[in-house]
Amino acid sequence: MTSEDNTIGAMALTELPDRKGFLKPHRIILMAIAAVLVFCAAWFMRWDWLPEYGWRLAQGVGVTLLMLVSTCILGFLFAVPLGLVQVTGPWPLKMLARGFCTVIRGTPLLLQLWLLYYGLGSLFPQFPAIRQSFLWPYLREAWPYGVAALTMSFAAYEGEVMRGAFAGVPAGELEAGRAYGMSRWKVFRRIWLPRAIHRALPTLNGETVLQLKATPLVATITVIDVYAVVSKIRQMTYLTYEPLLLLALIYLCLTAILVVAFRALENKIPTRGA
Amino acid sequence: MTVRAEAIAVDNLHKRFGPLEVLKGVSLTAHEGDVIAIIGGSGSGKSTFLRCINMLELPSAGTVTIHGETIAMKKDGHGGLMPSDRSQVQRIRSRLGMVFQNFNLWQHMTILQNVIEAPVHVLGVPKAEAVERAEALLRRVGLHEKRDAYPAFLSGGQQQRAAIARALAVQPHVMLFDEPTSALDPELVGEVLAVIGDLAKEKRTMILVTHEMKFARNVANHIVFLANGVIEEQGTPEAIFGAPKSERLKKFISSIH
Repeated sequence: MTSEDNTIGAMALTELPDRKGFLKPHRIILMAIAAVLVFCAAWFMRWDWLPEYGWRLAQGVGVTLLMLVSTCILGFLFAVPLGLVQVTGPWPLKMLARGFCTVIRGTPLLLQLWLLYYGLGSLFPQFPAIRQSFLWPYLREAWPYGVAALTMSFAAYEGEVMRGAFAGVPAGELEAGRAYGMSRWKVFRRIWLPRAIHRALPTLNGETVLQLKATPLVATITVIDVYAVVSKIRQMTYLTYEPLLLLALIYLCLTAILVVAFRALENKIPTRGA
Repeated sequence: MTVRAEAIAVDNLHKRFGPLEVLKGVSLTAHEGDVIAIIGGSGSGKSTFLRCINMLELPSAGTVTIHGETIAMKKDGHGGLMPSDRSQVQRIRSRLGMVFQNFNLWQHMTILQNVIEAPVHVLGVPKAEAVERAEALLRRVGLHEKRDAYPAFLSGGQQQRAAIARALAVQPHVMLFDEPTSALDPELVGEVLAVIGDLAKEKRTMILVTHEMKFARNVANHIVFLANGVIEEQGTPEAIFGAPKSERLKKFISSIH
């Protein structure tokens, strides 16, 4: 099964070396190369602009994280029913969920984002009812469209992941729940859902990293995330590489944090590897 | 001999899977303290019969009465039956301890969590009390030191013993065993049978579907031989194994030995 392969792959990637094994020859060489690179970058490149833009960068990172966390959580909340109805739902719901996942997964995220922001967003002001509603102050902003598009995208991809995860929980375990007098809802809440999430965690880890790297798209609809801040810095300072290098470093660090966090989550319930 | 209360009474049970009739009118009564072993060749319907008792399989016709309470059924519109009151079925199930062929332990919970799950989340037993009882049960099946392990890290025999502890934890009126040793490696069968034999000695009401003839003969007080969806013959172990009457049973017993 591919999910098993993913598990093993994720393990290898996120295996953190213990203290004793840390200083092996190949690691020392790699660290030396890294040190030289850092030195070269610091010595031959210009970083004097950093203090001036530090605060804005931090704010940008904040917006990026906010986008990532909110859309992952919201998207996952949609993904659970999307996956579930595809496994057990009545056929109209099943078709609807499958259709949603197919359309969203089959079109570029950038296109969805622009359709929402430039399409839907420009239609809204034509309706007085919407302009007078309490939602208008938000609908005038760009970020709700970013959140909506990223949430839909995450929901569609994770809906598929959860479909597989739900289907993969052994029927016997669900039957055991019923045999001990659990209601359908209790079987779902106590057994089916936690089992499915645990199965899906390695995949969700990868998908969350992908979601992180999808967030810069919101810069195209004027949301000021860290990518937008770096673009701005490049325009102001006429520097090409330094801000981009910094940006790469920031995304790398965020990815590492995500991977380690998921790894900790996965380790809560040990699975028996090969 | 005193008259014992009826624990389970199954009356004229039929089960059809499409055109195939697996059970063709099976009736069986288990009194308190009975250990009934159901034997028969594969495809004889013995597992299906057991699963109809707690409605994991819905019978096409017939009634199931547990502790004097008949499970209310209604027509499902496709020529079969379905429970008319789901909460009644859930309540009755919660006091039937079922042990499956493939253990079916919940893999995302530790052994202890598996054992306290139904008492805490179905029967509403306070957690501390459930844990205390679970630990005693795990000690009894010889798994106390594995209480915090996950099922995947246990051998088949250990998993099945844990599953028996899980069944005992609901203080069941009746224990149902669905081929509890069929999925085990031969060298692990003994440890599971020892635990079940122990329970039989306590006069727990049990119905077990099994392929272990010697074991059935030793622990059961009543043997039921199912063939082609009907009870071909039933009686005491001595009568069934010592002096089988029907041709089918004779053939079956000789094929086993």
